[in-house]
Amino acid sequence: MTHQQKKWSKLAAIVVIVIVAAYFLFPIGESINLGLDLQGGTQVVLEADEGDVSRDAMQRLVSVIDRRVNQMGLTEPNIQQEGNRRVIVELPGIEDPEQAIETIGRTAQLQFKNPAGEVVMTGEHLVDARASYGGQFNEPVIQFELDREGRDIFANLTQEYIGQRIGIYLDDEQLTNPTVQDPITGGEGVITGHSSLEEAEETAILLRAGALPVPVSVIENRTVGPVLGEIAINESVRAGIIGLVLVALLMIFLYRTSGLIATFALAIYGVIVLGALAGLNATLTLPGIAGLILSIGMAVDANIIIFERIKEEIGSGKTLRAAINSGFKRAFKTILDSNVTTLITAAILAYFGTGPVRGFAITLSIGILASMLTAIVVTKSVIDLLLDINVLKGQGSFGQIRG
Amino acid sequence: MVLSIISKDLDIIGKRKIWFLISAVIIIVGLVSMFTQGMNLGIDFTGGTIIEFAFEEEVSTDDIRVVMEEFDLAGDSIIQSSGDTGILIRTVDLEQEEISQIQNEVYNRYESAEMLRSEMVGPTIGDELTRNALLALAVAIVAIVAYISIRFQFKFAIAAIIALVHDILILLGIISLLGREINSPFIAALLTVMGYSINDTIVIFDRVRENLKYKRKQSFAELNNRAVVDTLPRSINTSATTLACIAAVFVFGGATIQTIMLALLIGILAGTYSSVFIASPALVELDAWQKRRKEMSEASV
Repeated sequence: MTHQQKKWSKLAAIVVIVIVAAYFLFPIGESINLGLDLQGGTQVVLEADEGDVSRDAMQRLVSVIDRRVNQMGLTEPNIQQEGNRRVIVELPGIEDPEQAIETIGRTAQLQFKNPAGEVVMTGEHLVDARASYGGQFNEPVIQFELDREGRDIFANLTQEYIGQRIGIYLDDEQLTNPTVQDPITGGEGVITGHSSLEEAEETAILLRAGALPVPVSVIENRTVGPVLGEIAINESVRAGIIGLVLVALLMIFLYRTSGLIATFALAIYGVIVLGALAGLNATLTLPGIAGLILSIGMAVDANIIIFERIKEEIGSGKTLRAAINSGFKRAFKTILDSNVTTLITAAILAYFGTGPVRGFAITLSIGILASMLTAIVVTKSVIDLLLDINVLKGQGSFGQIRG
Repeated sequence: MVLSIISKDLDIIGKRKIWFLISAVIIIVGLVSMFTQGMNLGIDFTGGTIIEFAFEEEVSTDDIRVVMEEFDLAGDSIIQSSGDTGILIRTVDLEQEEISQIQNEVYNRYESAEMLRSEMVGPTIGDELTRNALLALAVAIVAIVAYISIRFQFKFAIAAIIALVHDILILLGIISLLGREINSPFIAALLTVMGYSINDTIVIFDRVRENLKYKRKQSFAELNNRAVVDTLPRSINTSATTLACIAAVFVFGGATIQTIMLALLIGILAGTYSSVFIASPALVELDAWQKRRKEMSEASV
């Protein structure tokens, strides 16, 4: 490739990257996931009560909780395992956290007990459970359906204990204690003993989703009300815009024409970072904003390092073009080493950290990569382009030169 | 303009005892505060519950205390006003059911009440948070030392870590002095300062490395001074721009983000100071110490 071709392909690459980033960013209001601290909602951390939980049990735990949350009809819930014993449940914009937390955290072990109090069947054979009005007195009931194996067990059971009582327990709490009238062979049954249809519906959700393989406790529970969430996001956006405008003004004041170029590079940096956050489906939290601000600082810093270096080169008597070329070359090494060290830190934090620390580390890493790209490629290409069309001339285009 | 006050003859390395003294005073004051009044740890570290309400009517902390008395929690609660019309309750760790009961009771009594947030953190989380952050910090320091030792030299790595620890101590000390409550976002701010500190120091060390190659006639101290002075415009301009951005977010960003931003302001000021006045001077001291040891071992042979 000739020098000219190289220049144009660089510019083309920048345009493509910006277009891809902009594509992920569209539509702007919905493209970036906001953390619960910014948009309001409830976050619950559940921990298995037992000290040692198998991987398999944890996986089942997550999937049972997932099913429960999905059946509650909430928008965009997020359930993920953290560490070996914990599950994080995020429920954005939830109205009644109390009920949700109660439903999510219940063990919901369904047991059928014979008159002697021995467990004769559990809820694991349930394939469906629906709440409705029914039974003898048209009361709230749960109609359940058993799998093939459960059907046989249940048939034998109801045969054996005909005329006696079989107690139905949820987490050791008796729901009902009916007398078996006839053997039930169809694998379907009815559970009474609910005070309202809502309660029956809640229990039905639990039964459908299955019992938790291990009992859990809520060890962390945060609810940010919609009012506070809205204040937080509005204030952060406004503050961010004011901050960016200040940075742009300072850069133009300090470095004139090239400050303007840096501002342009910064705008592209902004689009790339936000696009990457949207594209990677990352979640932006308050600590994440701290990470973004640091990376803005580093993006500006990269430009400042380059411009100061060019000014030094001009000061040592080089022509503008020669000064720009050697300034970029020397600054590149500086930027690489300083950013790689920070990147190492960010990567380690992303690996070891949890929650806010990880969010911070991820936004910071994206920011560092984008800032290197914009400072080294975008700023350089634009400066080259302006040099070619003779817009950049005279030494003043990099601000005051020291002798 | 900023640049015109920078003279090429500035002697920063030569006056290093003064810079060390200034830092030592600030760090010692901070350490005294940390050991006497400690850090004001929030529920993320101690465990407990926070419930915050906003009202349109006049509601005093005593009014809310009455509510907490109903739940037998008044003795375990710190109730204070927050913002213009808000009340913040901090108490022991509660079940969601209890939080909802308190919320409903407040809603019943005050029509305009709006619950802004409720946070419950179990007692084990705090230790874990601290432990994980320290572990991450330790691993990060080892990795940084390794990288700088490979790209530069071991003594550069040690000097960079000295500057890093300097910044962290100053930040912790001032936050302790100010009595600001810290929670897990503060850890993110602390880590940000760490990243900035290292980044800032490396830019100057990069110049020292370059000078080592091209200007062999000068002493190590002179090389360092040259590097610090030559990169001074960059140090000043970068921190001015970054600080302007952070100051804007600090002023306009609202209460939720303020402690993070304050920590960043302090930390980045300390970071800029340390990369100019501590890192290279420390490097010069390390170099001198290394040479003295070498001479001594040669003399003893």
